Amino acid sequence: MKTFDLNVDPVRMVNQELHDSPVGGFSINSPEGRHCIACGVDAEIDVTIDGHVGYYCAGMNKLASIQIAGNAGPGVAENMMSGSVRIKGNASQYAGASAHGGTLIIEGDASSRCGISMKGADIIVMGSVGHMSAFMAQSGRLVICGDAGDYLGDSIYEADIYILGETGELGVDCIEKKMTAEHRDSLSDLLIANKIDRSAKEFRRYGSARKLYNFNIDHADDY
Amino acid sequence: MTTDKKSLRPSATFPQDVLDEIHRAADQGIYEIRGFGAKRDLPTFDDLVLLGASMSRYPLEGYREKCGTDVILGNRFAKKPIELKIPITIAGMSFGALGANAKEAIGRAASELGTSTTTGDGGMTEEERQSSKTLVYQVLPSRYGLNPDDLRRADALEVVVGQGAKPGGGGMLLGHKITERVAAMRDLPQDIDQRSACRHPDWTGPDDLEIKIQELREITDWQIPIYVKVGATRVHYDVTLAVKSGADVVVVDGMQGGTAATQDVFIEHVGIPTLPAVRMAVEALQDLQMHRKVQLIVSGGIRSGADAAKALALGADAVSLGSAAMVALGCNRDVYREDYETLGTAPGYCHHCHTGRCPVGITTQDADLEKRLEPKQGARKLRNYLMTMVLEIQTLARACGKTHALNLEPEDLTALTVEAAAMAQVPLAGTSWIPGKNK
Repeated sequence: MKTFDLNVDPVRMVNQELHDSPVGGFSINSPEGRHCIACGVDAEIDVTIDGHVGYYCAGMNKLASIQIAGNAGPGVAENMMSGSVRIKGNASQYAGASAHGGTLIIEGDASSRCGISMKGADIIVMGSVGHMSAFMAQSGRLVICGDAGDYLGDSIYEADIYILGETGELGVDCIEKKMTAEHRDSLSDLLIANKIDRSAKEFRRYGSARKLYNFNIDHADDY
Repeated sequence: MTTDKKSLRPSATFPQDVLDEIHRAADQGIYEIRGFGAKRDLPTFDDLVLLGASMSRYPLEGYREKCGTDVILGNRFAKKPIELKIPITIAGMSFGALGANAKEAIGRAASELGTSTTTGDGGMTEEERQSSKTLVYQVLPSRYGLNPDDLRRADALEVVVGQGAKPGGGGMLLGHKITERVAAMRDLPQDIDQRSACRHPDWTGPDDLEIKIQELREITDWQIPIYVKVGATRVHYDVTLAVKSGADVVVVDGMQGGTAATQDVFIEHVGIPTLPAVRMAVEALQDLQMHRKVQLIVSGGIRSGADAAKALALGADAVSLGSAAMVALGCNRDVYREDYETLGTAPGYCHHCHTGRCPVGITTQDADLEKRLEPKQGARKLRNYLMTMVLEIQTLARACGKTHALNLEPEDLTALTVEAAAMAQVPLAGTSWIPGKNK
């Protein structure tokens, strides 16, 4: 295990090490809200960050398992490709924005636009999510164990949203959909794999009504 | 009863094209969507002329005395700035909007002449990476196909905030162009209308953008330049904020810039022409004392070496071509006339990129139509066109006594109209009057 202290080691130096010598485990102390920590990692390594992080932590992560023992600023795990990012605390806006793959787990709450434009990742929020979450989400799964703010799934494409709690006003073209056995089994596998102590049977599923996929003048009021 | 010719008085408020558009809107109930750029009459670089040397300036011998055209872009922060042999680049055009053959032809031509090409909405294709020696990778609001591997194999990144054809608007690719390959690259179902976002998903202003650029630099280990592209509107503020955000290069795209598809009302009524945009961008850089330190690329309706030379004289470091490059490949060429007619148009008037039925095989994903553009032949035509532009730039620069194209300056220009003089802030021809500056 190699340890860095961001009060001593600059973020640039730490990221370069994570890019150049990607073997084993890394511990990063004293993040103190610094931005862009552990972004662009492309190796099967374990990274633990002990504290709160600023913008874009674990951005574009590939393969690595990154744990944040604190809260995360905007854009955590944005455009993640694979691997996993787990946040012990809360996450700010745009968590998992446009993430293509991998798993993002937020043990607390996520702010607005969680999973915006997501493209295949799995995002599990053990608390609640803010407004406009899964906005224009294209594929992947957003699992919400708490409640969702207004405009959930606005302009959603083929992503699936699973939620335990309450939803506010749904976004344009987002509807509740049938929870089939296939969806329940798939969600159950995801929860078990990530040690989330919830039953898939309790969740409801939301997705696209597909009314906005091709322009139709009769749907103009929705645009 | 015969028609009285005196009664056939056209209305200035409702000329025939306006009547036709109202009739079309009444029939269809939707705005017109089309490709290409603004078609309305706008102030252009044709409204400026260069002042060749005579008694007070020495000209250089054409064909003999050297006139450099090389330019370095992005040496503010990047370890590996872009070195181009000519001050003309190829603007971002997506695979999806363009077919693979067109992308390959553009890459080949640009590489032969030592300049760069740019990806577009939809990500980087293998064909364009292989054919483009210098490739600028766009980071767009949609993030279609965006991935860190392509980030690292790009030669520069371009964060697209907006484009001249539709500042404030997102991309549009109608369902008939979303083939299986295009859909897979964009993680979308096939055949749906793809309306990409107009805002980035993970930042909302210049303070955020500064950190976003920092992230992109961290991911690419500060190796490659980062451009910021804006559609020309509030140019002075936008360029200032782009520089403040940490851009190595600012790209300003005037309202004549083309698009593969957007609303006609957007193309014709949003943004400002390229002519004033260049001057405003240069002034912003000068105010920050960053002119020539942060490079300026100007695009939007650049058609010739004369346009390019005038943009350079106003202070740009390079120009970028989109529509003109497509025309060199054969856009609107008078061939396959029956296919133009099927689209309801004719050679010289076509703006039907959005249909995916491009008669000359450029803006299409149809395999049969694409065969009409053979990449090597297309590359040859585009190379010829770019080479012609370079020769024109050198001809004009030498005439003004410059040993390098970038030595052209506003003092070498004069305006033919009051409007152009005001917009470019150069004197009206025959006077020393610059509107707004002196009497």
